[in-house]
Amino acid sequence: MSRTYLPLWITFALVLAMFGAGASQFDGFASLRVVTNLISDNAFLLVTALGMTLVILSGGIDLSVGSVIALSGVAAALLIGPYQWHPLLAFAVILPCAAVFGAGMGALIQYYQLQPFIVTLAGMFLARGVATLVSEESVAIEHPFYDAVAEFGLELPDGGWLGATSLLTIALVLLMLVLTHYSRFGSYVYALGGNSQSAQLMGVPVARTTILLYASSSMLAATAGIIFSFYTYSGYALAAVGVELDAIAAVVIGGTLLTGGSGFIIGTVLGVLLMGLIQTYINFDGSLSSWWSKIVIGVLLFFFIALQKLLSHSWQSKAGGKA
Amino acid sequence: MSESINNAAKPVLQLRQINKNFPGVKALQQAQLSLYAGEVHALLGENGAGKSTLVKVMTGVLQKDGGELLLDSTALSFATPKDAQQAGISTVYQEVNLLPNLSVAHNLFLGSEPKRFGLIDKKAMAHQARQLLSSFGLDINVTAPLSEFSVAVQQLVAIARGIAPKRGAARTKVLVLDEPTASLDADEVQTLFQVLRQLKQQGVAIVFITHFLDQVYQISDRITVMRNGCFVGEYQTAQLNKAELIAAMLGKELSQQRHQTPCLAVEHSEAILSARQLSSGQSVQQLDLDLPQGQAVGLAGLLGSGRTEICRLLFGLDQADGGTLSFAGSPIKLSNPAHAIALGIALCPEDRKTQGMIAALSIRENISLALQAKQGWWRVLSKKKQQQLADFYIEKLQIATPDADKPIGQLSGGNQQKVILARWLAVEPQLLLLDEPTRGIDIGAHAEILQLIRQLCQQGMSLLVTSSELEELTAFSSKIVVMRDRKKVAELSGEDLNPDRIMAAIAGASV
Repeated sequence: MSRTYLPLWITFALVLAMFGAGASQFDGFASLRVVTNLISDNAFLLVTALGMTLVILSGGIDLSVGSVIALSGVAAALLIGPYQWHPLLAFAVILPCAAVFGAGMGALIQYYQLQPFIVTLAGMFLARGVATLVSEESVAIEHPFYDAVAEFGLELPDGGWLGATSLLTIALVLLMLVLTHYSRFGSYVYALGGNSQSAQLMGVPVARTTILLYASSSMLAATAGIIFSFYTYSGYALAAVGVELDAIAAVVIGGTLLTGGSGFIIGTVLGVLLMGLIQTYINFDGSLSSWWSKIVIGVLLFFFIALQKLLSHSWQSKAGGKA
Repeated sequence: MSESINNAAKPVLQLRQINKNFPGVKALQQAQLSLYAGEVHALLGENGAGKSTLVKVMTGVLQKDGGELLLDSTALSFATPKDAQQAGISTVYQEVNLLPNLSVAHNLFLGSEPKRFGLIDKKAMAHQARQLLSSFGLDINVTAPLSEFSVAVQQLVAIARGIAPKRGAARTKVLVLDEPTASLDADEVQTLFQVLRQLKQQGVAIVFITHFLDQVYQISDRITVMRNGCFVGEYQTAQLNKAELIAAMLGKELSQQRHQTPCLAVEHSEAILSARQLSSGQSVQQLDLDLPQGQAVGLAGLLGSGRTEICRLLFGLDQADGGTLSFAGSPIKLSNPAHAIALGIALCPEDRKTQGMIAALSIRENISLALQAKQGWWRVLSKKKQQQLADFYIEKLQIATPDADKPIGQLSGGNQQKVILARWLAVEPQLLLLDEPTRGIDIGAHAEILQLIRQLCQQGMSLLVTSSELEELTAFSSKIVVMRDRKKVAELSGEDLNPDRIMAAIAGASV
């Protein structure tokens, strides 16, 4: 029991420690404002990481999400700007397209037994290429709807402010929490990550699950792209480069096994918060180079991967090496 | 017990004239099986008999190429394992095919979880899991991951899943157990049998695949025997004694090779290898064995009797923990295969595909492998030398291939086996251990390999050959060692070298 939850508790302790360190050193760190900013600044990463969690739980990987964020941002900006579409209509077209894109990658992985790494790497180049082809320049978004959304939000005491995108992100976290841990689809994802051959023999619809799960990841990434466009008021083909790696890092730091089959949505939330807190700490300090956040994340990743190895080793030896 | 089956009743599941082909192999030819409600039906046969393939056809893992499958007299065809499950056929495989990362309860109900407000009701699921397992005499924490439990518990959980109610599926009518007792100890086997008897009473038809014949007599009502992908016969367990059963499993038809004399007139010759009281854990017990120079010794016994374990032991793959071994007159202790190869011992393993060949490499590379390893990797065999070696053996063993650069994976089974043989002949061993050299190869190649064994004897090589084909063993062996339950039970030579005597020895006192 404790072994399953141990990485989760470690991440939780690190989040508290990081917050405590900030609060003890800087005035104003321990405020609701910092917390809500943490959410809104990392909303797009968190939404992307939710999809990535699902994919990694199944034993796969999705490298295309950064490019999908950029492509959906550019597409939204172009449709709203030059083409004069209403933003909601643009989103209603972009999200299904992203789902189809992800489903295509899932189908390739499933039916041709290709490595998810390679398939989604191809998807990454493809989406980035298309985004750049459509527009090399950053496209600005000006629309009353965007202004209205920016105005909308929940005012909290202590300078806290949950904007529309933060609320959407929280809703998505809750949705994914239920989907992953309390739905049949979620169990199938864990089953795939445990042993896809056994899952097949136990009657799990392996093909449908694989395709659905890559479709969800792409759709969440496209949602992240839209959230990002509210943040920047623009769409840019070279935005979000490397976000897929940040997302993977957050998932792993959140205690999800890279080999699949074990992990929690809440862990990913903690992973993103931890990475955000490190950045916030550096911003408060003012004298530290922001590259320190990369160094700390690198060290954390090493630590968590070593921990995974250790845990899965004792896992196997207990099962007598037979299971 | 067999009387309890009403012969007038229709079988719940009937397989008729099932054919299944894999590239180059006829895995099933006109195979058949009839199952009645409330019986335990043992499906028996040696390795490669086609039991697993038949079960896979029955459970939707493989699709049949011909024949029909009748469930309650309705012709059906299963495209996926799920289809078979929906129809009421559940399977428990030899290796526990569950998910170690999920909880016990979730493993039992995956795909049919109890729900509340559209979401999985974990509380109800745990409750139902505890109820189901209590009928198995199992009281465990069902919310813990399956990996926390022993293989025996996992096996029982797998069987419990087999009979657990499934969403949208018919009640379980047929339960297939593929070697369920392989990893269980005696007490656990009895618990399992208890459960099986209970299921029988509920009218479930149980297919029981095993190589423990004692268990067959303990639990089964009827027996179907298969050999080489064909149906051999269907018997009432009570009316078939063990010797008859073994005869059916190993095949009794007389071949022309029956009357050939062994490769050499059996004359006394020095033993190249002698084992005294050689033991290795549970797998080989107190073995006395002499392998004479220039002769082939046959090793007979059922699957799991210790045949393969002896080969592994003599090749240094497993270590002895008792007894002595001497080779060419001097005492030795084998610590690893490299040591054995250096001494002049070679092993062609039982499973060609996973232990012998490297499918993507060419014939030339596969042949050169052992010689290269023996020489040491710093003295590289030149490509020219490799080519000569390959050409020599392709010619000598008549390996059917356009050239030596063809990947071995593309050859037929018989030719693959010849390449593996060539690999070990290339190191010019004094003692060659052949574990089931003729399994899964066509008749032509079969005869050639027997011919080769005789030739090698004449050239002074010593061989130890295991085989399930008794006729084949008598064709070249100067003596035959019979194993049962990890022990040597007989050593036959001269007049006694015939299949009937071997079978009697395998069946032992219980004949």
